[in-house]
Amino acid sequence: MARAASAILGLVLGALMALAACAPAPEGGAPEPAYIAEGRPQSLDAWGQIARRGGQLVLGEGVTAYELNTALFSDHAVKLRTVWMPDGAGPAQYHERAVFEFPAGTVITKTFFYPLAGGGFDQVSDAGVLSDHFDGAALDLTGLRLIETRVLVRREAGWEALPYLWDDAQTGASLARTGAMLDLTLISAAGSARDFPYAVPDVNQCAACHVTDARDGAVRPIGPAARHLNRDFLYAHGSANQIAHWSETGLLTGAPEPDAAPRAARWHGQANLSGLQLERAARAYIDINCAHCHSRTGPARTSGLYLEPWEPDGPNLGRCKPPIAAGRGTGGRLHSIVPGDSDRSIFVYRMETERVGAMMPELGRAVADGPGVALIAAWIDAMAGGCG
Amino acid sequence: MTHYRTLPALIGALALAACGGQPEGRDTSDFDRDYQGVLHEALLDAEPGAVIEIPAGRFVFERGLSLSGVSGVTIRGAGMDETILSFAGQRQGAEGLLVSNSDNFTIENLAVEDTAGDAVKITGSDGVTIRGVRVEWTRGPSSENGAYGLYPVLSRNVLIEDSVAIGASDAGIYVGQSETIIVRNNRAEDNVAGIEIENSNNADVYGNVAVNNTGGILVFNMPNLPRPGAGTRVFDNDVHDNNLANFGHAGTPVANVPAGTGILINANDDVEIFNNRLRNNRTAHVIISSGHSSGFSDLGVSEDFDPYPERIHVHSNSYEGGGNNPDSIELQALRVMKFGPTGRMPPVMWDGFVNPARLVDGALPDDLRICVTDADVINVDGPNGYANPQVGREAFDCAHEPRPAVVLDR
Repeated sequence: MARAASAILGLVLGALMALAACAPAPEGGAPEPAYIAEGRPQSLDAWGQIARRGGQLVLGEGVTAYELNTALFSDHAVKLRTVWMPDGAGPAQYHERAVFEFPAGTVITKTFFYPLAGGGFDQVSDAGVLSDHFDGAALDLTGLRLIETRVLVRREAGWEALPYLWDDAQTGASLARTGAMLDLTLISAAGSARDFPYAVPDVNQCAACHVTDARDGAVRPIGPAARHLNRDFLYAHGSANQIAHWSETGLLTGAPEPDAAPRAARWHGQANLSGLQLERAARAYIDINCAHCHSRTGPARTSGLYLEPWEPDGPNLGRCKPPIAAGRGTGGRLHSIVPGDSDRSIFVYRMETERVGAMMPELGRAVADGPGVALIAAWIDAMAGGCG
Repeated sequence: MTHYRTLPALIGALALAACGGQPEGRDTSDFDRDYQGVLHEALLDAEPGAVIEIPAGRFVFERGLSLSGVSGVTIRGAGMDETILSFAGQRQGAEGLLVSNSDNFTIENLAVEDTAGDAVKITGSDGVTIRGVRVEWTRGPSSENGAYGLYPVLSRNVLIEDSVAIGASDAGIYVGQSETIIVRNNRAEDNVAGIEIENSNNADVYGNVAVNNTGGILVFNMPNLPRPGAGTRVFDNDVHDNNLANFGHAGTPVANVPAGTGILINANDDVEIFNNRLRNNRTAHVIISSGHSSGFSDLGVSEDFDPYPERIHVHSNSYEGGGNNPDSIELQALRVMKFGPTGRMPPVMWDGFVNPARLVDGALPDDLRICVTDADVINVDGPNGYANPQVGREAFDCAHEPRPAVVLDR
């Protein structure tokens, strides 16, 4: 009897210890990242990629933050991106054009947050910048509101997308497979306020952007490609080129020296560009904002508008192209791009309208990206020719 | 490159419905607001072969629904007037329902109303069945309405039957860039285009009623797409009173369709139109036109685009009324000049463009000709600036082998 009891106790203890090994690290330590091969954990903490520690959001042990040269516009939200692979799983395979090929076990996260504008929990600023809050190891949560963290996990069968929504207490994030709508107010630097519905996508909507090749229907990351990552990043130990850093730390294999890798322009709102700078910034912007759908294999291939950076000029890049299925999205304009005339270009209308069903991108924003619209308008206005 | 220009004779003065005092759509204040989460989750959780039953009732949806990458799913309501999914007030999503890469998908016996953009879009799927579905913008024809009602695209083996599409600001039923298609026994009314087959291959459109649209049934090809369409039969349809002022958005392919068009072939090949009953379409019962009449910029058309309609066969249709009030000043002038103040345009109108590269001894080879054996044809003489329109039958007196019936592979 006693022996049986102690055997049971031993089993229970063993189970508890096993559980403890999987649980997040105690307050104060960096979380222990985990690859979860099956199922959909309810709590973001289960992944151990990032976790709240006091007034900070800290990276898990061995988790690498990264940034893109030019980023997708998401209603002015600021994003903290991370990547991690289990020991022995890596490295990812470098490709010159395509997104890197990551091994099973890879976990990528993207956390969306806003600086609070000072008027309450729903009043957020449109002027946040990652480097104002992140020091390479931790995000200082002072004056921030965490909105959501999207997890992309590379399982044996392929990538899976899981959205997590941060609670109002900002202590943790829970799985929100059906997404969410949050009523927020955006406060501009000049102090103007506007209400907007912030949409957390559901898991099928994740696929609407992340199934970049309809031929296999598989979900893939979009950002971690050479041209987007080829830039310096301020790590905890100092600044380094991300491709070089990933190669050194075993995240990436097969990469050339950064100078030999493609590099998209780094654009974060600059106005008054001209010449080659304008051209490169505009193509980088439409690459990261549009081309995951508008490619020859993406969901928007229905439109015949292909916007990847290697696409040549011509009708398929929008020049004088009549729309196919734009409906109200034409804004009454005849051509996707009228060279020299942004006001008559559907491209710009689609970016500046905030009408559901007419705006581009179709998902992921409720408000227009003013500087982005200005960039593309300047790019079109600088083109010569008209449409005859 | 060939030159594309606007064809004033075919393009009606674009009286965009300016819509002062927007009519209200259906009042949804007493609709169920809780069910949306249930269906939302059911779509996310759908396993291959799932049957998602939606009970009778009236339900509000604030966000677009989607299904991605799951085969064999059926979404079934209790009837197109019993199960109503309303998207009035939709806050997110370009469609009411978006189905992607999901083979052998069926949606039946329900209604989707008042979506912000397209109502039901199905893309990249092999085996699509839409049956007994009503899509409607309940405020009636308005440029505020979404573009497409039932919208399979980039798909194969598509069946749309016993369905209803009302009020689309582009096409009520639109099959794009697809192949092996049957559209039958549907009703399309109050749309800019009732039924449209675009850049698609091997389609049968029959047993439908297209009434009170701007254009009843369209068979189109657009440039800059990987797939040029060809091979459509349009037969046994009732196509009448398609006289609605065009409320399409400038720039869209259908915005140039004249009000009063019964059946329109644009830039498409191998089309057989027969046994249809066409009545009271005030511009023309059948219009055959080329890409030169679409107002494209020649800079905006890929080199490989073939703008010419070829191997067209119009026969055995019945025509009644119509042609009495064509939708442009130029066509009205032509009507009065040729047929007198109370006269009618002939049932069939052709823009007159022929591919010069295809001519043999000044004529198209027999297998490419435009054949019309059941009515007079007016050639409006587009290539010569509409200088010398001609009415006749002899030039079109020919026939093509009947197209085979479409057989769905399922």
